[in-house]
Amino acid sequence: MSTRLFGEPVQRVEDARLLTGQGRYLDDLGREALAAAFVRSPHAHARIRDIDVTAALDVEGLVAIYTWEDLPPRVAEPLPLLIPHPALTHGRTAYPLAKETVRHVGEPVVMVVATDRYLAEDVCALIEVDYEPLKPVVGLEEAAQGSRLVHEDVPANLGAHLVQEVASIGGASARECIETSPHTLAFRLDIERSASMPLEGRGVYARWDGRDLRVYSSTQTSTSVRMAIAAKLGLPLPQVEVIAPDVGGGFGVKIVHPWPEEVLVPWAAMTLGREVKWAEDRREHFVASAHERAQVQYVRVGFDDAGRVLGLEVTILHDHGAYTPYGIIVPIVTSTQLLGPYKIGSYRVEFSSIYTNTVQVTPYRGAGRPQAVFCMERTMDKIAQHLGTDRADVRAANFIGPSEFPYDQRMTFQDGRPLVYDSGNYPEMLRMIKELIGWDSFERAPNRGIGLACYVEGTGVGPYEGGHVQITSDGRVHVSTGLTSQGQGHETVFAQIAASELGVPLSQVSVVTGDTRRFGYAVGTFASRAAVVSGNAIALACRKVREKALRIAAEALEADPADLDIADGLVHVVGSPSASIPLSTVAVLSNPLRYSFDAETAKATQFATATPVDRPPVAEGEEPGLEGRGFYSPLRSTFAAGMHAAIVETDPDTAEIRILRYAVVHDCGRLVNPMIVEGQVHGGVAQGIGGALYERMAYDSDGQLLNASFMDFLMPYASEIPRIETAHLETPSPLNPLGIKGAGEAGVIPVSAVIASALEDAEGFDIDRMPISPSDLYHLRERPAPGDR
Amino acid sequence: MSGHEITLVVNGVARRVSVPARRLLSDCLRHDLGLTGTHVGCEHGVCGCCTVLLDGEPVRSCLTFAVTVDGQEITTVEGLAGPDGMSAVQRAFAECHGLQCGFCTPGFLCTVTALLRENPAPTEEEVVEGVSGNLCRCTGYQNIIKAVHRAADLMAEES
Repeated sequence: MSTRLFGEPVQRVEDARLLTGQGRYLDDLGREALAAAFVRSPHAHARIRDIDVTAALDVEGLVAIYTWEDLPPRVAEPLPLLIPHPALTHGRTAYPLAKETVRHVGEPVVMVVATDRYLAEDVCALIEVDYEPLKPVVGLEEAAQGSRLVHEDVPANLGAHLVQEVASIGGASARECIETSPHTLAFRLDIERSASMPLEGRGVYARWDGRDLRVYSSTQTSTSVRMAIAAKLGLPLPQVEVIAPDVGGGFGVKIVHPWPEEVLVPWAAMTLGREVKWAEDRREHFVASAHERAQVQYVRVGFDDAGRVLGLEVTILHDHGAYTPYGIIVPIVTSTQLLGPYKIGSYRVEFSSIYTNTVQVTPYRGAGRPQAVFCMERTMDKIAQHLGTDRADVRAANFIGPSEFPYDQRMTFQDGRPLVYDSGNYPEMLRMIKELIGWDSFERAPNRGIGLACYVEGTGVGPYEGGHVQITSDGRVHVSTGLTSQGQGHETVFAQIAASELGVPLSQVSVVTGDTRRFGYAVGTFASRAAVVSGNAIALACRKVREKALRIAAEALEADPADLDIADGLVHVVGSPSASIPLSTVAVLSNPLRYSFDAETAKATQFATATPVDRPPVAEGEEPGLEGRGFYSPLRSTFAAGMHAAIVETDPDTAEIRILRYAVVHDCGRLVNPMIVEGQVHGGVAQGIGGALYERMAYDSDGQLLNASFMDFLMPYASEIPRIETAHLETPSPLNPLGIKGAGEAGVIPVSAVIASALEDAEGFDIDRMPISPSDLYHLRERPAPGDR
Repeated sequence: MSGHEITLVVNGVARRVSVPARRLLSDCLRHDLGLTGTHVGCEHGVCGCCTVLLDGEPVRSCLTFAVTVDGQEITTVEGLAGPDGMSAVQRAFAECHGLQCGFCTPGFLCTVTALLRENPAPTEEEVVEGVSGNLCRCTGYQNIIKAVHRAADLMAEES
């Protein structure tokens, strides 16, 4: 690589448009489109007796009202179950508009299309839906008892049940190992709901021209939305294009697809022959998209005098809400990532994934890992407390050693592939985090505590991504990849990769993501995978283009391709800089022309070139144009890791919690752009602090979400986030050409565990639930001590 | 829905528009005037994405009816850059990586523009306080805080 851009903290190319109001988010498009709005269920569980639209029909500007009965057969079917799994024996998905029964507050019942959103909402307010309320199923443990059912045909509300066991090297089960351990502990942990909560909600805008359908969606996967829409609407795939415009944050929720609105809005556009748009409002986002996190965990652990875990048994109740469109990925990730950086002697994990009459649960940044890390790190702290040893030493006693990679955890990961860690150096990382936070020199004081937590994150899952790279006759490099962007800076990091591979200035490269017109094959943006999978695909595409450029240039320069290099957009003979040819000219030469349109292209016309007449202008096996595609399909996931530490102070009277210091050591393999990686870590930590201290979904016993607004769902402002100190360790992944591991989710994963660890240290009693607000802490203090009960 | 004729002076240009009484200023700017740089994140005045400058003062355009600001001056994110390019605040946000998805950014830029005009050299505490009415879900605020200090420095250098 001759141009050193890979690894540099270059400024983002996205920013100029986003800072000047020139971004194009979903609701910035389609100014002339009709507006859709939805009548949504006010009940958590009810039968629909009747829908009366009479009063709404006179609203001026009304275009159409649709209920389930109006939908054609394929559109009317339940939405797809995206990720089937043998253990998901009772998977259920919603109808795009409710058919007979509603199962959570916010479920769409009627779709209204009008000339503007205000009028569409007027119409919604005048539609009378007659409901027969049913007693809702709310609360994980109540739901698991199964006395009332969310779906009549799902006994005990049990969607999925999965047991995974890893015996000890000697073949003993986890239960046997725990029974025979010198020390054992058993405890329960509770984790609340939270949600991705991007500042831009979901949205869909569709245009139908009588033959082709163009859909814009604020999605994390435009290619898969496209396939789903084509299938639902019975259109040939080439007649459907889906574009993710600028997207105002995703954090997981926008990977779910097709949403009811993603099917209904394009269908209405086709039916009406008009452009139709729907932009979600905040209340809709709270009650009609997706949440995550909620679990109850029962833990038993056996360990030796050094704190080494000999056997671990975790039983998880996982609340997946009313439907399971995303399968059981979240509890699978919890079950597998629970092992963290540790060699656990034997392990048994069992989860039951349970229906409740609440919003569905699908991945939110971290995707099951924050719960897993909370469980394992609480376990480590409890072992340390039991043995009276340093919490860091207990962790060190259980680490996988730096020479033990690849390390096989003997489980199946979320991608269906073996859970084998590729690389890492956990002891070094622990040394770094202890030094950064001052672990050994921490001065004890009343109401002050220090805590730490470690995690390993499987990143960069397959099956694949692709990249297309084209150099045009002006020398510009056009890169496209199918996965989507929600603020991660892909236009910059992918340009850095391409510029480095091709030897061109960054300013010559432009990147397009998430536009199926440019690249049709992709999976999507989730699981910290974009840099790993698309990054490597783009690098491979660049290498093909580079090889072709050198071949063409070699012919023009009468040199050996092996003697050529590219720098600053010029192909030159190494050691002889005057013998050079610009990539723009190479691009011209790559495409034999009959017609020219400027002086540059005239060089490629039939009377201008001296190509041999005994072979065709485009040689066999060649293609015109200086372009290429590459695909990268990882053998299995890469495994990033990190350790966080915090110092907290609690108010002795009010129980207010202040984070005095927060430190992060992070290893995501090779860094493409340290500034951007750091930004990802910062944002993750802030979301983690929200989840640790403030954010919860307050459902009452009727299944009403009581805090469905930003007034009551408390996301942190700047005043709640401490300065975040970071350090990086780079253990490159041996699995991919660029050695990258992925960083998107990292920051959020261990925060609840770190804060619990520090609060426990400050307060001197167990912290076994998250989030823990000042008022929770206050009440915990008021509890009688165990001996007084 | 009967309309009201109003005139808004947006980014220095008088714009006549007919709006129903209930039209929010945010919707008027975005959908009637086509200035989509102002974003709407919650429609209840908490997130601050819709912040614009009304006669120089930051306001939540989602909590303001367009008809109530007839004749007043409004600056949106589209009006922050000068003839020579981006303002010091905009440049500082780029330099410090103070934005990721960019959805909350116009609100922060308007808020910070007003903040630094009032207080050209804010302390750390004043900066944190000053931006703590705006939500960002991407950046963890670290680089936004940095960007405010950097913008103050740039403005001092360039004044």
